[in-house]
Amino acid sequence: MKGIIIGAWNWLDDRLGISELIGPSLKHLVPRDAGWWYVFGSATMVAFIVQVATGVALAFSYVSSSSQAYETLVFITNDAPFGRILRGLHYFGASAMVLMVGAHMAQVFLFGSYKFPREMNWTTGVLLLGFTLGMGFTGQLLRWDQTAAWSVVVAAQQAGRVPVLGDWLARFILGGNTIGGATLSRFFAIHVFIVPALMFAFIGLHLMLVLRHGISEPPTAGKPVNPKTYRKEYKELMEKTGHPFWPEGAWRDFVFGTGLIIVIALLAIFIGPPAIDKPPDPSILDADPRPDWYLLWYFAVLALIPPQWEAYVMIGAPAVIGALLLIVPMLHNKGERAASRRPWSIAVVLLSVIMIGSLWIEGYNSPWSPNFKAKPLPQSVIGAESGPVFVGANLFHKRACLDCHLIDRYGGRRGPDLTYVGDRLSKSDIIIRIVNGGGNMPAFGGTLKPEDIEELTAFLQSRKRSEKR
Amino acid sequence: MNENTTNHPSPCHPPTQAEIDRRRFFEKVCVGLGSLCSAILAVPLVGFVIAPLFRKAPVMWISLGKVADFVVGKTVDVPFNDPSSLPWAGISARSALWLRRETETSFIAFSVNCTHLGCPVRWLPDAELFMCPCHGGVYYKDGSVAAGPPPRPLVRYAVRIENGEVQVQAMAIPITTS
Repeated sequence: MKGIIIGAWNWLDDRLGISELIGPSLKHLVPRDAGWWYVFGSATMVAFIVQVATGVALAFSYVSSSSQAYETLVFITNDAPFGRILRGLHYFGASAMVLMVGAHMAQVFLFGSYKFPREMNWTTGVLLLGFTLGMGFTGQLLRWDQTAAWSVVVAAQQAGRVPVLGDWLARFILGGNTIGGATLSRFFAIHVFIVPALMFAFIGLHLMLVLRHGISEPPTAGKPVNPKTYRKEYKELMEKTGHPFWPEGAWRDFVFGTGLIIVIALLAIFIGPPAIDKPPDPSILDADPRPDWYLLWYFAVLALIPPQWEAYVMIGAPAVIGALLLIVPMLHNKGERAASRRPWSIAVVLLSVIMIGSLWIEGYNSPWSPNFKAKPLPQSVIGAESGPVFVGANLFHKRACLDCHLIDRYGGRRGPDLTYVGDRLSKSDIIIRIVNGGGNMPAFGGTLKPEDIEELTAFLQSRKRSEKR
Repeated sequence: MNENTTNHPSPCHPPTQAEIDRRRFFEKVCVGLGSLCSAILAVPLVGFVIAPLFRKAPVMWISLGKVADFVVGKTVDVPFNDPSSLPWAGISARSALWLRRETETSFIAFSVNCTHLGCPVRWLPDAELFMCPCHGGVYYKDGSVAAGPPPRPLVRYAVRIENGEVQVQAMAIPITTS
């Protein structure tokens, strides 16, 4: 029996040329000391495979019609066997892919692996990062719930800021003049056909370049890259100390990749996919659209940039960051690779992580958004059962002041915390601020009666440390 | 040379000028035909994909209800169906606007889209403000910017009263351009 199987394999291999085709790739020599730092690239591909497999499976039930997509998603999540887990796998697979791309880029940057002769490995990788984020955004839109529908409008508005072509791009994204029948199907085509096709092409190119230039050896301080001699030195190093990728180099990739899939599966089972929002009915105005976590930091950027810079930052910043990332290896493709001799590289990675992390936290908390669900202040906070302070406190809630200001942890965070405003502002200061507004606050002089202002002021003046109960 | 080799044999003599010219000609023919094929496919393909850019929004007046249905001084959200929607748009063809009856005979209709990034603004009647949930844009009741990042006032719809009904002129989602 064994002989028959081996014979059949040999026949197939001879006719198809499988061993000839992939044998050299599997057996190519890799640095012996390439350790666990090198697993992030293959982990990204593992996540991509999870995405392709689960995406194809979801497409068996998903209908990319503006009128039916929401219902099919509800069906997949609530009724289809394994549907909820499948959606969870697709969601956490996307999250894993974004994280692994980031980790892979950071490792390559810190190890100086983008330097000669691997400049195009880096550049194709940057394009793959862009495609990954594009898949994340378009994937969120395919949920086609209320958040998705409004996110399309937000995307169109951002595109609208592009000079000259803005309005055209916005209409292209919407698939017309408004959200409607053509909107979802174009994002489906982009998410399922166009970007994946580009990803397959560029992953193929990226892998081909990895084989062409070899996996970079771990950097050694004091051993700079010299383009004139590097290829010869690398070849000698591999012949002397390298070992075949399969299986000596590949086992760590398999171990880490397996761990990654187990984590994705556990998250999919125990946490599940993101909840489906209300239906995509743009006439429901009680909406609070937020991007998925991997773009939450950019959501914060859009809120925090000064309005006068907005048009430039909204379009210019992603373009400049993208262009900078693309040309990183062209700027500096030789010299030291070790991070210890390139402390600025550590600073760049740390700064990026801190910046994105801080913006992410801001985006999650969204302190600039009014708290529409602010409840009336309890009596224990007001400190009065009647009189101007009590009436002013109720007005403070009724007039939506509490939507933006915090009083004793109640309310919103859009404006200053007024828990102790009575300690820092005089009565006239408070009145001037209420009547005229200022900074980021509307003027209420035209809508409040004098007695309203008097009572609001009485309440705010009572917000003192000495009067806290 | 091994007789069983599958490699293509090398020419045993350098190509003549005529052969070189012939190759150049075939190269040009192939590139030209490839370009022609691409153009044949590209024209309908690109035209189909970018067609929405050239689709004009129909100039239509939409009835929102009887004049008497609206109270003077009140601002209400009024849902309506987008007249330019495709038949399979389903509920995504629904839309809404903020309508205020200013006097017995005049109305103001605002787009619900924040001019910052298009999120739906909410009307807070007691504060007499429109507020955006996304990035904190605030507008006064006349639609002018009160606070936050919006670069311009809320867009207004054209409103008219026809046969006792309040009508607004349908329009595209307002896009803020640079």
